[in-house]
Amino acid sequence: MDLNKRYTPQTWPDHPETATLEGKNKFVGFWLLLAAETVTFASLFATYLALKDKGPSGMEFSASGLFELPLVFAMTMILLTSSLTSVYAMYHMKNHNFKAMQAWLGITVLLGLAFLGLEIYEFNHYVHLGFGYTNSAFSSAFYTLVGTHGAHVVFGLSWFIALMLRNAKRGLNMYNAPKFYLAALYWHFIDVVWVFIFTVVYLMGVIG
Amino acid sequence: MSSNSQKKGFGATIWDYMTTVDHKKIAILYLISGGFFFLVGGVEAMMIRIQLMKAGNDFLSAGTYNEVLTMHGTTMIFLAAMPILLAFMNAVSPLQIGARDVAFPFLNSLGFWLFFFGGIFLNLSWFLGGAPDAGWTNYASLALASEGHGIDFYSLGLTISGFGTLIAGINFLVTIINMRAPGMTYMRMPLFTWTTFVASALILLAFPPLTVGIFFMVFDRLFGANFFDVTMGGNTIIWEHFFWIFGHPEVYILILPAFGIFSEIFAIFSRKRLFGYTALVFATILIGFYGFMVWAHHMFTVGLGPTANAVFALATMIIAVPTGIKIFNWLLTIWGGNISFTVPMIYAVAFIPSFVAGGVTGVMQAIAPLDYQLHDSYFIVAHFHYVIVGGVVLAILAGTHLYWPKMFGTMLSEKLGKWTFWFFFIGFHLTFFIQHFLGLMGMPRRVYTFGADQGWDLFNAISSAGALLMAIGVIILLVNVVMTVAKNERVGNDPWGDGRTLEWAIPSPPPFYNFAQTPLVRGLDPYWIEKMEGNKEGMVYAEPLGDIHMPNGSIIPFVISLGMFTAAFGAMYHMDGHAWALPVLIGGLAITFGSMLVRSLKDDLGFHVTKEELIADNERIQREARALEGGKKGGLK
Repeated sequence: MDLNKRYTPQTWPDHPETATLEGKNKFVGFWLLLAAETVTFASLFATYLALKDKGPSGMEFSASGLFELPLVFAMTMILLTSSLTSVYAMYHMKNHNFKAMQAWLGITVLLGLAFLGLEIYEFNHYVHLGFGYTNSAFSSAFYTLVGTHGAHVVFGLSWFIALMLRNAKRGLNMYNAPKFYLAALYWHFIDVVWVFIFTVVYLMGVIG
Repeated sequence: MSSNSQKKGFGATIWDYMTTVDHKKIAILYLISGGFFFLVGGVEAMMIRIQLMKAGNDFLSAGTYNEVLTMHGTTMIFLAAMPILLAFMNAVSPLQIGARDVAFPFLNSLGFWLFFFGGIFLNLSWFLGGAPDAGWTNYASLALASEGHGIDFYSLGLTISGFGTLIAGINFLVTIINMRAPGMTYMRMPLFTWTTFVASALILLAFPPLTVGIFFMVFDRLFGANFFDVTMGGNTIIWEHFFWIFGHPEVYILILPAFGIFSEIFAIFSRKRLFGYTALVFATILIGFYGFMVWAHHMFTVGLGPTANAVFALATMIIAVPTGIKIFNWLLTIWGGNISFTVPMIYAVAFIPSFVAGGVTGVMQAIAPLDYQLHDSYFIVAHFHYVIVGGVVLAILAGTHLYWPKMFGTMLSEKLGKWTFWFFFIGFHLTFFIQHFLGLMGMPRRVYTFGADQGWDLFNAISSAGALLMAIGVIILLVNVVMTVAKNERVGNDPWGDGRTLEWAIPSPPPFYNFAQTPLVRGLDPYWIEKMEGNKEGMVYAEPLGDIHMPNGSIIPFVISLGMFTAAFGAMYHMDGHAWALPVLIGGLAITFGSMLVRSLKDDLGFHVTKEELIADNERIQREARALEGGKKGGLK
């Protein structure tokens, strides 16, 4: 692959992420990785549902008493919006508009950081209430499920930032286009998992 | 860089293997380390049989016996059987589809080194305060209460090597989906490639639940979580579910590639096209599919209720159907064939009755009420050794003989191979057949001794004698390997004379780029088709000779794995309050993520083998082939 080859929006392929064999391999491989990730989160959800509200006798915490929707709803909206902005970034990637792509990715990262900040605040709040990781089976299952998602957010953000900084000077080429595409795909996956967390953990939790 | 004929120093060779991304060299790494762990697991098996050879024996203490039996099972499944099968998958399946390498050569290397360091980590437990002792299934109710760090070695070691296996699985899936040569449609893929494909899909979906379960175990033991602690609201059955949601597909991950190897052998040495190729492919897919729906048959006695037990009993019995289809297809492949009883073929023929015996006892256990009687008895031990040894290990031994020339360019001795076979085969049945009856007589599994008044002395002594025969068989195989390496008699492209698939159309071992020109596949058994049509050149090509793009080697996979290995020690000893443990944990993770970052930021575009180099290399290959013809007229026959 020749990194020095210059593209214009006219010569840039419609699907740069799968225009090379390397790109195609990464594309298929990453979807398969997401299948494995799906099974991972399915296992965590199953465990959470089995251990929800379970604790030592006399435990004071329950999902309906603990969770409050306003903060979590704000987090959901922020993360969903960041998924939308990453779509805009990929739209500009496919049109070979590097600056616009970087700008939208920047907004995505900021939204992701806001989500992460709120999640840290939320966890901190629960810990101060006495609902620590070792409090009960319920707390272990909750923090492991939501925390694993949070770790994915951290990884996704680091990935975006590394790609943006690494390629800031040289722009788009056939070597890094699949990388940007896959990072965005990963971000969508994180978003979808959060939709399930919002539903299964928080909405179903508040209902009781 | 492009010439593999140069003589290298020892250090340079070691460095070459540490940095290689060539699937054929990674295959050799898998074979050597898997073989090493096979010997370790074998020694542990011998210790078990020595302890049980007479009533009231005191060769091992009760605690040591628990460690030995746990490590025997864990080592054999995770560190011996799977890696050796991965060795064959790496060595053969890219060649069978006409690819120059796997889809992700870098990840291939990473997968190997993660497995390797995970295995070393697990086995270091012997020297660092005691091995895991809760059985290879590591049930939480036992494991949580286990003293010392044995269980932590199990959890962290299997996490690391499990990541490696997952990576290997994704790699083979993408390779087979994207890298097939022109004309190599799915329904022209050799059976071994098909089974690699399905087994990889099972790895992809089965390993995450194990990883999740093991993480719960780590969090419970090291960080105070309560997943399995009943007093804190936890549930110990969660472990059993996750373990078997992984564990049952795992046995198909092992047996499907074994079926693939035997399918190749039956076709080659019967000199016939596989009977019912399409049925074999669909049976493979069905077995993989049903494999995920039967896990609770390991848990009939847990008390899931009659409905759950009935559903899982039925699903289990259904699996016997596609397996039966395979058995009959193999028999009908042999039927009317022009059979040559080489060592691989002898193993394949011996496999059929041995594996069927294991399958029949499996269907017996699928009957839930009967399983209440058989559960945790030696009948179970006999059953799973019949399928694992009678299926997987026989395939590994057969595959070692079959693919040795393709991997190393020399031929294992047929004579010594037959000695190995007879010792191993007779020893195997002697060891395990009688264990069915020990189980029916009431002997429970995982007991370190028994009383003289229980009437189990004679059968246990016979079983131990069988184990000795198997050990002799393995020692003869080692002698065979050493003698073959020492003699170093080179062989040509198709040393068995009847190769049917693409790997036999190229030199043994193949050049690092595999195919100078990508072959054109014109049907099932493409090399056989060309042979039958008298094609002197070997294959028809899909492209003119031109530059070939190849990946660069890298030390980063080794460093990433080393970082995780280091971090695991930190995580484990951190809970003992050692001051050095936290820096080790953080440092290890920093090495891992730092080298991942380096990998991400540094461009790695690979290099090109030029057309001129290919022509020069081809002349060398032709020269060596002529020398071989001249030196040893007739070759094997």
